[in-house]
Amino acid sequence: MVPVSYYILLSGVLFGLGVVGVVFKRNIITIFMSIELMLNAVNLAFVAFSREFNQLDGLVFVFFVIVVAAAEAAVGLAIVMVIARNRKSLNVEDVDLLKF
Amino acid sequence: MSVAMVVFVVTGALAVLGAIGLIVAREPVHSALSLVLVMIALAVLYLLLGAAFIAAIQILVYAGAIMVLFVFVIMLLNAGVEVRTNVSRLAFWLGLPLAFLFLAEVVYSLTRHYSAVSAGAIAGPVPASTEELSMKLFTEFVLPFELTSILILIAILGALVLAKKEAS
Amino acid sequence: MEFVTQHPVLVVSLIKIAIALFVVMTALAYLTWFERKVVARIQSRWGPYWVGPHGLLQPLADGIKFLFKEDVVPPAADKVSYLLAPFLALALALTTLALIPIGPATIRILGQPTQLVISHSNIALILLFAISSIGIYGVVLAGWSSNSKYPLMGGLRSSAQMVSYEVSLTLSVVGVLLLAGSFDFYNIVGNQSHWTHFLPQWSLPRWNIFPQFLGFICYLTAAIAETNRVPFDLPEAETELVAGFHTEYSAFKFAMFFMAEYANMITVSCLATLLFLGGWLSPLPEAWRWQLYLPAAGLILGGIALIIGGLRSVQWNAKAVFPVLGIVCIGVGYLCTWLSVMPIIQGPFWFTAKVFFLLFFYVWARGTLPRFRYDQLMSFGWKFLLPLSLINLVATGLVVVLRARP
Repeated sequence: MVPVSYYILLSGVLFGLGVVGVVFKRNIITIFMSIELMLNAVNLAFVAFSREFNQLDGLVFVFFVIVVAAAEAAVGLAIVMVIARNRKSLNVEDVDLLKF
Repeated sequence: MSVAMVVFVVTGALAVLGAIGLIVAREPVHSALSLVLVMIALAVLYLLLGAAFIAAIQILVYAGAIMVLFVFVIMLLNAGVEVRTNVSRLAFWLGLPLAFLFLAEVVYSLTRHYSAVSAGAIAGPVPASTEELSMKLFTEFVLPFELTSILILIAILGALVLAKKEAS
Repeated sequence: MEFVTQHPVLVVSLIKIAIALFVVMTALAYLTWFERKVVARIQSRWGPYWVGPHGLLQPLADGIKFLFKEDVVPPAADKVSYLLAPFLALALALTTLALIPIGPATIRILGQPTQLVISHSNIALILLFAISSIGIYGVVLAGWSSNSKYPLMGGLRSSAQMVSYEVSLTLSVVGVLLLAGSFDFYNIVGNQSHWTHFLPQWSLPRWNIFPQFLGFICYLTAAIAETNRVPFDLPEAETELVAGFHTEYSAFKFAMFFMAEYANMITVSCLATLLFLGGWLSPLPEAWRWQLYLPAAGLILGGIALIIGGLRSVQWNAKAVFPVLGIVCIGVGYLCTWLSVMPIIQGPFWFTAKVFFLLFFYVWARGTLPRFRYDQLMSFGWKFLLPLSLINLVATGLVVVLRARP
């Protein structure tokens, strides 16, 4: 069997890669996708621990994380579309005014 | 080297490759496809951990709907090729080795303290049935469930209002 | 041979996959022939007639044509996505067929008892929906990577349509789930297996189409929209958007999209028979034991019809080929009367008959109905079909809860 520490390690690596994506990428949508990657890494940790302690609460929380990520993606992408329309660019460094 | 370990290593490697692909890709569509690969690899890992329903929900909702939305927006906004960021040399030459050092430290501490066979394996794998999961969802967690339904409604309304073009 | 004895499950699965792939690919090819014939007859013409007897070699000719056509890749296309899209579409369309059981019997392959399904999973239904929801990527990537305006419009419209109708598709199936209490196809069909007497001497099989008629209608409509068929095929209609998302594809890649669409059609029909039409259950009461000879009788009658039709035909190749086919049919029909084969063949016979009937309905709809305009299509999906599925779900839930009270 695979020890739970391996899953946690994988989750940590994915989370770290997500943070790298958020910090180093300049396209708003790619930053958003890195945030989704971080959420997925956290889901993996939840499911691994749910199996480790034989409780279903972790799985319920994963369910809620997926739903909240869906809602957040919808609203976030709508905001991205408004920004793209107003600033004519998807580069996050161009969104630097406090007022349009 | 049991079958489970082989599947874990292969799927974990795929997930990490997908995550690296997300960061390294030049086109946003390729980043999105790499993220879909990561999600499918994670769904296989959930199956390996016995959470079959969550694996199906992950593919159905996350990879099949949320990422399709991402791909739509990328295509509609015509996001072009990414411009290379000017990463400072110091960050590269100092940061990357430090990152690996940190990773080695975490691996060491995890495997030293948790390398024993997990409690789940001793007690025998108990795959979570959909029935038990939904019993929990609708009895113990019914308040968050109803709140998330309102949250989704607010998200739909917000997205509609935000993305509406101004009547000029 | 040691490999076979040490890994029996793996070898048997590989054999089943090979058989299923062969059967499905042949069925795909002849489904195109069937569609062209039926649509032609609806339009008062013959359809494929010259290539082989009654056009039966037309799919083979089309396949050879697709293999040898020049493969044109648009120069500005995004290579990765352009090459990935048709493979993704076809692979996912064929993967869903691994979850579909065709009969309840347990047969022995190479001495290993196995069921008539490639992969028996207890979350088969939701896994099937999950796999087909990734199939949207094939369409949207094809549309975008061709770097041309008609495919982009077609791809975006087609995938938006698929995403919208997928919601109604999944919701219309939840009524069946509430009644059956399981995602496993064997349990769902088992739930439909008893007969209800609604009058003293009349009884009906409790197929889900009777309690869930609204669900069945919603499912069928959403399925036609999901597979991009008429009347919902605006994104790929020839008169509207050239050829929609697969405009820039030629030769074998186009053939893959073509096959993926028909494979999706077969999958959705199989799902409809399993969920609503009782799967492999016979519509005749158990007490009528003569129904066990029906597959054999059907095949023998079909063989005789082929022999007579072939001998009376005008075409020389039909005169030569059809009697031989008829004799083969009679031989297979005789095989079905053997005691070892007869109980096994009952399930697949009824399953195939029902899937065939649903596929005929699909082709019939294609030949008869005009197509929706895109905004009509989307408003129909969101403003009519989704509320209808929700009403079905709420009503079913209410009835289940009220009947479960002690």
